[in-house]
Amino acid sequence: MKTFGSRTAVDGISFNVQPGEVLGFLGPNGAGKTTTMRMLAGFVAPTAGRAEICGFSIDEHPVAAKQKLGYLPEGAPTYGEMTPGDFLRFIGEVRGLTGIDFRRRLTDVVERLQLRDVLQQPIETLSKGFRRRVGLAQAILHDPPVLILDEPTDGLDPNQKHEVRELIQTMAPGKVIVISTHILEEVDAVCTRAIIITNGRIVADEKPAALIRRSRYHNAVTLRLELTADLAAVADDLRDLGEVRQVDVDEHASTVTAFPRDGAHILPVISSLVAERRWPVEQLHLEAGRLDEVFRSITTANSAAGTT
Amino acid sequence: MAVIRSIARRELRSYFATPLAYVFIVIFLALAGLFTFYLGGFYERGQADLAPFFNFHPWLYLFLVPAIAMRLWAEERKSGSIELLMTLPVTLWQAVLGKFLAAWLFIVVALALTFPIWITVNYLGEPDNGVIVAAYIGSLLMAGGFLAIGSCISAANRNQVVAFILTVVLCFLFMLAGFPLVLDFFSGWLPGPLLDAVASLSFLTHYAAISKGVLDLRDVLYFLLVIGVWLFATTIVLDLKKAD
Repeated sequence: MKTFGSRTAVDGISFNVQPGEVLGFLGPNGAGKTTTMRMLAGFVAPTAGRAEICGFSIDEHPVAAKQKLGYLPEGAPTYGEMTPGDFLRFIGEVRGLTGIDFRRRLTDVVERLQLRDVLQQPIETLSKGFRRRVGLAQAILHDPPVLILDEPTDGLDPNQKHEVRELIQTMAPGKVIVISTHILEEVDAVCTRAIIITNGRIVADEKPAALIRRSRYHNAVTLRLELTADLAAVADDLRDLGEVRQVDVDEHASTVTAFPRDGAHILPVISSLVAERRWPVEQLHLEAGRLDEVFRSITTANSAAGTT
Repeated sequence: MAVIRSIARRELRSYFATPLAYVFIVIFLALAGLFTFYLGGFYERGQADLAPFFNFHPWLYLFLVPAIAMRLWAEERKSGSIELLMTLPVTLWQAVLGKFLAAWLFIVVALALTFPIWITVNYLGEPDNGVIVAAYIGSLLMAGGFLAIGSCISAANRNQVVAFILTVVLCFLFMLAGFPLVLDFFSGWLPGPLLDAVASLSFLTHYAAISKGVLDLRDVLYFLLVIGVWLFATTIVLDLKKAD
């Protein structure tokens, strides 16, 4: 738990991450993600409770715990006047990496993060994407068993985001990785487990697939029809099916979505109906679920409850 | 020790990565020369010693040392790099000491560059070089005291300008603690022994003794104690305020 004055930022968050797991920490801005990360990394002390990294309490054995930890703070702060080469050398020295070990690790991270071309330029002159990558290089330089990354892809372009996600995935086996993000596709792409927090409390802790299954779109079927089609008639026919609970019509996109009753599989019935009625269907697909919709419903429901 | 050295080296390098170091050294040397020759009357006195040079050091430091000290922690907090530093496997003491030593070493460099005046006085006459060495040591110790005060104030402030002004004021009070200017403020209500205690905190009194060539252990200890106490205060302030 952490309080700032009378405001409780993080309240009763408790979790345990196993090696090999990539935990995504989700929540709206101000939910307490960064505060939780900072407590794990030993930058702020919890008002109550404790954090352990590889069995070392961050309060009682901070140096031992921090040795095991690679941490990317929010915004990836570095020393702007230094070059990435000097900066990483400094980090290596402080982490006790010397000689051949250091050079081997440096070559590895420089290659993984493609920093070769900018090693001799002051960090403050680099683009945002490079600065973020220098921050990541710093976090993984000592090949730590535990990685905590606060918004690792914030401010990166789509290609760079993809590269960082691949990097996280290649490092994942055998490591504990915790990333915070408010980009939902990231959870789907890299995480094996997702925790959603809002107002400093955990409101969901599941596999991303399970989270998606919570969506009301899970197993729903969407038909996209030709622009000339009579959407209302199609919707009416779908409503008459016993397995269909509800039908939404989107005139703008020219789509009709049918939601199943009790998670039933309605695709076979609907596709046979499509064939039977000869509807002008351009596209028909089964929805897996929409993470953003789950996220919104979970976080808004709980923050509404929190204010009453 | 290796960690302290790494932190100090990084810090010292950062001074030279910006114009700060060069501006500081040029101004320090120019003012030191100006004071010595014009205000101190180096030639007119007709004595082969460096008293006119060392007498003005407290006043030089009063403004120049806070300029170095103000960025020690305020800048780390402003840029957020403090979060990086504090989540590396270093203790608060290592970080505080490393950064302090870097700033102190920088002043050693600036002070060492005043060597021409020492050569000059040896060329012109036959000064007591023992006194001069003692005065250099005293000057450095006093600079260390100012720096330690500045380190603590810098840790408490995110804003460098505020840190600078507060440090100048605090250094001024410590410098003149033994003089009526400061003592009169306390003399009305503080009992005698406490008033003596305040007076004995004066930087100038302790410095004056050393710069005359009397390297008394008590004066040296006094400055080392001042440095220790203020650096300790820095660690406490940082622990409380680092994440604010």
